[in-house]
Amino acid sequence: MSTAKMREISGGGVAVRGNDIDTDRIIPARYMKELTFDSLGQYSFYDQRFDASGKTTDHPFNDPRYRGAAILLVNKNFGCGSSREHAPQALMRWGIRAVVGESFAEIFAGNCSAIGVPTLTVSSEQIEQLMKRVEADPATQLHIDLESRTLQAGDSSLSFNLPQSQAQLFLEGTWDTTNTLLEGLKQIQATAVRLPYVKDFPYDRSDGERSGGT
Amino acid sequence: MGKNLLRKVWDLHKVRTLPSGQDQLYIGLHLIHEVTSPQAFAMLAERGLKVLHPERTFATVDHIVPTEDQNRPFKDDLAEQMIRALEGNTAEHGIEFFGLDSGLQGIVHIIGPELGLSQPGMTIACGDSHTSTHGALGAIAIGVGTSQVRDVLATQTLALNPLKVRRIEVRGSLPAGVYSKDIILRIIAELGVKGGLGYAYEYGGAAIEALPMEARLTICNMSIEGGARVGYINPDQVTFDYLEGRSFAPKGGEFEKAVAFWKQIASDAEADYDDRFLLDADTLEPMIAWGINPGQAIGVDQKLPGLKDLKAEEREAAQMAYNHTRFHPGQPIKGQKIDVAFIGSCTNGRISDLREAARLVRGHKAAPHVRVLVVPGSQAVAEQAAAEGLPEIFREAGFQWRQAGCSMCLGMNPDVLVGDQVCASSSNRNFIGRQGSPEGRTLLMSPAMVAAAALAGEVTDVRPLSQGGEA
Repeated sequence: MSTAKMREISGGGVAVRGNDIDTDRIIPARYMKELTFDSLGQYSFYDQRFDASGKTTDHPFNDPRYRGAAILLVNKNFGCGSSREHAPQALMRWGIRAVVGESFAEIFAGNCSAIGVPTLTVSSEQIEQLMKRVEADPATQLHIDLESRTLQAGDSSLSFNLPQSQAQLFLEGTWDTTNTLLEGLKQIQATAVRLPYVKDFPYDRSDGERSGGT
Repeated sequence: MGKNLLRKVWDLHKVRTLPSGQDQLYIGLHLIHEVTSPQAFAMLAERGLKVLHPERTFATVDHIVPTEDQNRPFKDDLAEQMIRALEGNTAEHGIEFFGLDSGLQGIVHIIGPELGLSQPGMTIACGDSHTSTHGALGAIAIGVGTSQVRDVLATQTLALNPLKVRRIEVRGSLPAGVYSKDIILRIIAELGVKGGLGYAYEYGGAAIEALPMEARLTICNMSIEGGARVGYINPDQVTFDYLEGRSFAPKGGEFEKAVAFWKQIASDAEADYDDRFLLDADTLEPMIAWGINPGQAIGVDQKLPGLKDLKAEEREAAQMAYNHTRFHPGQPIKGQKIDVAFIGSCTNGRISDLREAARLVRGHKAAPHVRVLVVPGSQAVAEQAAAEGLPEIFREAGFQWRQAGCSMCLGMNPDVLVGDQVCASSSNRNFIGRQGSPEGRTLLMSPAMVAAAALAGEVTDVRPLSQGGEA
């Protein structure tokens, strides 16, 4: 798994409007019966992109002008609901490299970060301007600089919010956290042995018949 | 000033501050299921990593399990592949697996508490957003994605951002026919589906303290629907009594030691909170989430809101909800016809939920046009229900009695809505497509309200039925 350093993300933008877009909408549960994430890209916003008869809708992900977009523009509380990492995995496999929005559900933002997709927050006015811009001109190129925390859209530039802790993960290429966490192995073991439920009253593992009642 | 439970548990489990500024927290209990774990095991294999503490991870199968015909191989080959992957991964890594033949299988958030695995003062993680459920026992329980499942498997820890704590005080006492599901639906309606972003919710006050453990689990379960990744209730005598004698819970002298620890991990009387919210239980009525998110909820006697009656911020979502549901602003919710009724899920699939539903339907019949599913949350719940004669009561009422699983909560198994059916559901989410049909419409309510709706064939007020007692 690569954990390359990441400073800049550039590409076209695509706006998916609406608050509280949940992860069931980003990828319906029926497409999660997969043992790997590899083929999920095609299911991004599936039920929004196709109507009951299977006809394509006017969802921006169906619009060929946005087909190569790398930066997804959203509103408030994007990615709420189910913790399924399948949602950011599907978007990433669609081609999304960063998501810019007013706010994000926490589990979703954490899942994005863990796979190297930054979630950047901007104000309501700023996201409206960005959305209008890419809607008016789908060829608009967006340029994100994680170090200066600026987003350039055509000839205009704005500052976005990204907690220092998050920015650092991408800039240093440590967003895949397993290795970092393992470096604390000694401290992990030291923490475990001082926990009362580990040392004083561990799980009852006597060989009685297990039951789900008392 | 004192400390709240979240702060105490966090400090106790903090391994170190990471270079990023996040905290590395030790995870006391890790629960896994078939949907979000196979990719995590594959990532471990790719990196040549082992499971660090297999004895602190427990597995079960719930999302994809058929509730009617559980013969193997499953008819759905993809579902069969998923259960096989979990069987293989748990065997290979020495992880205890509560499979279909164990008598202990069930929805992961039902079996953690009922086996005594989930305990006060623990950190608990699971690749499922409803992990917040376990907070009812005074644990800090966190829903995570698959990469973080990998982190817990490999390191027994997580990298986490700190959380603020909002104390939600529910005063007074619940009227008859009003349940803990109504409390949490009202809280989400008031604070909004994004009100909890950045917060853990601590639920307390007389109305919460009066609740039995299973009702508390329902409240913490839906914290995430209010945007709060974590929800918890301070451990008290109800908690200790619930845990005493459970399979994995400490026994004898060790149980006494545990209770002493559990008492001191609770929030101090003068604990600090980042925010507070007050709700009066006496004013609550049965709630129904009618729209496309759980915050779009009203009392059973209310009418669906007009767009201009809503806060500006809520109008767009309400318009989308009306577009999807084809309900009308100003329409009373009472009397809305239903096609399907579902009692079950990690929110309301426990024995007390089934007992109350059975009490209400005994001697009555489901409306002929309604398909009714009653799905126990675990094999242990099913066994207990059978011992009490509940399946017969349901069957006589024309309800289908099924086997344990997530069933119609999420559309990953054969139990799904068809077309634009309207479902009265005791589950937790009314998102578009959630119950398996992109046009399906979900009305969230308490299991008692679902039972009443199943009998009436439409949304109805359970309170008269509830107060009538056994027919």
